[in-house]
Amino acid sequence: MSLFPKAGGLHRTFNDLVRVFNRNKTSWAGLILLLVMVVLAVLAPWIAPYDPIDQNILQRLSPSSTEHLLGTDQFGRDILSRILWGARISLSVGTISVLLGMAVGTVLGIFAGYKGKFWDYLIMGVMDVFMAIPTLLMGLMVVAVLGPNLVNLTIAIALTVAPRFARIARAPTISIKNRDFVEAGRAMGFSDMRIMAAHIFPNILGELVVMGSLWVATAVRIEASLSFIGLGVKPPTPTWGGMIREGFQNILSEPWISIYPGIFILITVLAFNLLGDGLRDAIDPKLRNS
Amino acid sequence: MLKYVLKRLGMSIPILLAVLTLVFVIIRIVPGDPAMVVLGDQASAEALEALRAKMGLDAPLVEQYLTFLFGALRGDLGLSLLSGKPVLAEVMTVLPYTIDLTIAGVLIGVVFGVPLGVLTAVYRNSVTDYFIRVLSLFGLSFPAFYSAILLILVFAIQFQFFPVISDPDLSDYGQRLEHLILPAFNLGLIMVAYITRSTRSSMLEVLREDYVRTAKAKGVPRLIVIFRHALQNALIPIVTVIGLYLGVLIGNSVLTEIVFNRPGLGKLILDALSERDYTLLQGVMVIYAFIIVVVNLITDLTYGLVDPRVKHQ
Repeated sequence: MSLFPKAGGLHRTFNDLVRVFNRNKTSWAGLILLLVMVVLAVLAPWIAPYDPIDQNILQRLSPSSTEHLLGTDQFGRDILSRILWGARISLSVGTISVLLGMAVGTVLGIFAGYKGKFWDYLIMGVMDVFMAIPTLLMGLMVVAVLGPNLVNLTIAIALTVAPRFARIARAPTISIKNRDFVEAGRAMGFSDMRIMAAHIFPNILGELVVMGSLWVATAVRIEASLSFIGLGVKPPTPTWGGMIREGFQNILSEPWISIYPGIFILITVLAFNLLGDGLRDAIDPKLRNS
Repeated sequence: MLKYVLKRLGMSIPILLAVLTLVFVIIRIVPGDPAMVVLGDQASAEALEALRAKMGLDAPLVEQYLTFLFGALRGDLGLSLLSGKPVLAEVMTVLPYTIDLTIAGVLIGVVFGVPLGVLTAVYRNSVTDYFIRVLSLFGLSFPAFYSAILLILVFAIQFQFFPVISDPDLSDYGQRLEHLILPAFNLGLIMVAYITRSTRSSMLEVLREDYVRTAKAKGVPRLIVIFRHALQNALIPIVTVIGLYLGVLIGNSVLTEIVFNRPGLGKLILDALSERDYTLLQGVMVIYAFIIVVVNLITDLTYGLVDPRVKHQ
């Protein structure tokens, strides 16, 4: 049922993973697309043909050519280079915000589920409130108030992600905490901390990974949306959403300035969705066995 | 049933209060003096003082909080810093546009999503199923602003079927519809994807039920089994989809309104942001919080109404 059922060395875990991936081919598609994006982002400084913020007024708004594969924008900057550099922002904001939200949410959720009563009410009550506010609006509000930069953007997204993981972590914790192996651990005098970390956490890891992947998809979309609104990382730093925003001014005559970066957002979000969706099907016994 | 309604109603009030509190807190943590943010650092001390008094920022924090809370509950959201008009009035002028858009978006989602979901469930693991599933994953991977731009490029600029800017005169119903179609499809896109997926999974579950097998065994025609026996029950969980994805719906309506330059809550919140009109920003957030709590309440109650098991829990 879980993605990583038992400890059994790295080799074992790897084999399990391959098996999980093989159960649903779409997760392979997602993983491959994602790896391509990551490689492009990492290699951006070496493979980008031009400096992403170098302006060249003489060649502004030129359509795609051998010189500029995807054309140039209104400042004559090379669009391909900007997309490659922009991948770094999208991928890092997307993953870091979700990892942050996941860490905070999971710890709170396990704690709430394990302790129960007062702590459960308090923590889950606060989480419900945060969850009531749509991700985009939360991002809008936090970034508008704290100012648009990489750190605030990441925090804003993490704030809306955390409650979802608290929910995900809490439910299985409650069902696991009275199972024999946890009871046995308690009888042997293990601390609550140790039980939560060593015995409950591994059991929910699979679901966390699946939801994490799906939430990175959302986070990338939200980052792009906020940048499009003008609340992302400040120009001239290239971000995909920001590029679409700038291109939107010339949408009638030079639509490609907006179209190309959008394709990359779409592929990245799709990659995370394919990955998460495939993994979810693979580890969900209800969907698998029929 | 009444007990269930009251219990559920009782649960919404603390959530609403807490969300209002959260909005208040976030707006108050603006670094520096909001009055200076609005007027710029060249403003005179008197002007700053006057604006602070107008914004109610000279009062103690607790008093500000209570004023805000009781005001919000009475429908008094203060005056917009920019226009000087009551925030509620500003909201009410644009609210019909957002309601039109949202309802149309959900309708499109249901009209296309339910049949597609049934199709994928009935022809499970076929090419059709696979194709529609990948397509629906595509649909929910589209950032709403990007799909809006593409729709405009194709249907408003290339083919000129619809206006580029969606700013209808609401009393002219023909125009109202004409300006609604493209933005509504943009908002509907993600709803189609979500509804297709949830119809599929709830249909799959229902199709395995004993009574469906019995009906089949009795020789009830296949289509009647699918639509009468299965779909009717499979539709119940779909009610919750709207509650579940309300956040996405709201976020995407904001982006849709921005790209189509369509009046509405989304455009209002963006104007509030760019003009640093904090009372307006706060007011629109209160309205959103209110809408979210009410819609969640309604979907929960509907769910309780159509599925008797829920209210007895």
